[in-house]
Amino acid sequence: MTEPERTFWEYLVHVSENNSPLDFMLVVDHIDKFLYGSLLTLEITALSLLIGGVVAVPLAVVRAYRLRWFNGPIWAFTYFFRGTPLLVQTYLIYYGLAQFEFVRDSFLWRPILSSAWWCALITFSLNTAGYTTEFLRGAIENTPHGEVEAGRACGMSPLKLMWRIVLPSAFRRALPAYSNEVIFMLHSSVVLSTITLQDILGVGRWLNGRYYLAYEGFITAMLFYRVLVFFISRCFRIWEKFWLGHLRPREE
Amino acid sequence: MESVWEYRALLLSGTLVTVQLAIGSLLLSVLLGFAGASAKLARNPVSQRLANAYTTLVRGVPDLVLMMLLFYGGQQVFNDLGSVTGLWDYIEINQFTAGVGSIGFVFGAYMTETFRGAILAIPRGQIEAGISCGMTPLTIFRRITWPQMVRHALPSFTNNWLVLIKATALVSVIGLHDLVWNASTAGRSVREPFAFMFAVLVIYLVLTAFSDVGLRWLDRRYSAGVRQD
Repeated sequence: MTEPERTFWEYLVHVSENNSPLDFMLVVDHIDKFLYGSLLTLEITALSLLIGGVVAVPLAVVRAYRLRWFNGPIWAFTYFFRGTPLLVQTYLIYYGLAQFEFVRDSFLWRPILSSAWWCALITFSLNTAGYTTEFLRGAIENTPHGEVEAGRACGMSPLKLMWRIVLPSAFRRALPAYSNEVIFMLHSSVVLSTITLQDILGVGRWLNGRYYLAYEGFITAMLFYRVLVFFISRCFRIWEKFWLGHLRPREE
Repeated sequence: MESVWEYRALLLSGTLVTVQLAIGSLLLSVLLGFAGASAKLARNPVSQRLANAYTTLVRGVPDLVLMMLLFYGGQQVFNDLGSVTGLWDYIEINQFTAGVGSIGFVFGAYMTETFRGAILAIPRGQIEAGISCGMTPLTIFRRITWPQMVRHALPSFTNNWLVLIKATALVSVIGLHDLVWNASTAGRSVREPFAFMFAVLVIYLVLTAFSDVGLRWLDRRYSAGVRQD
């Protein structure tokens, strides 16, 4: 008796279904879903980092110079967002806001506040703004006195001094901490899958549920996150080379 | 808001589960952290490579993914192993075990870096001085390494602990009846999810504030005799 002719692809499917502990061909069949999931993960992570970062710069300046009236509320804001889990913050906005009738009746309800995507974006942005504000504040406070004095001696106005000297110098010092924050944000984005969105983990959970599997979806999700983190940290290393090049020991 | 007060027993029991989970994971992570740090500092290339693989794996993968893998996949692997070797019967990994296991595993990697840095910060000369006084390795650890290591490790340890407490919220996703799970169930049944979620946030803030006080006390104790500027 001879084996019937079959293509290499069919052979792979056969091995995957019968001999391999992981049904890898099933994952290959649904790889497009995982790619879309990665897009959603990256989209929300990148957008919230962008928005959070833009919000954080003025807040950090206020905190660093302890401007009256504003410092206290901003401290409360960062304390609140840094002291509580992102998951619960997301639940609060996505499930919680619907409790109030005036929210449901408002013009923001239909397009924004009833959508999981927007709620996630809002929460994530506020969350990362809280963290970024605090380490940026540290970086601004650590600006060497000499740099500020040199700027003043050149006759720079306070605004120009901030824009030309303090902020660029603080951004450089905050860069290593920021790379941690970016990776942390990517890790935290798994919260998306708990509010019905199909991010990487969401797709993994969907695959496992649909085919009644125990680990294929999660292991694939793990690999996807691993690759993303690898690329992000690679990018930051290059970025640091550009921005912090003057701090590197001289090569012999 | 009254309904939150009505459900206080449920929230309190959930808080208790959350605290137990956090403390259990902390203990596991400290153990793994010690093991990882000594593996990294040992002059054995195999142990170094293993510990490095461990820390890079954890840095690359979100905790919830590991938790689900352990909870849904680990169970199957464990029982397959059991039925193949015949060593144990069907074992169920419950949510609590999966939570402690995965959170402990993840934060063990961060603790590894914390402890490694703290041990490296101790001047080598002090340990040599101990040896020359005829101290045994155990005495050196107890008298020289440990007290200073705690001091160097505390800031980073505090940070890890605060992140760990927040990570416990994720266990509600795999169905452990912790604070978040209880509160969202109650919130849905009385149709006041905002009030209940807000209560959860406040409880988390209280927990972190309490541990802040405790850790500051520890910091003062172990920094006694250090010149403050």
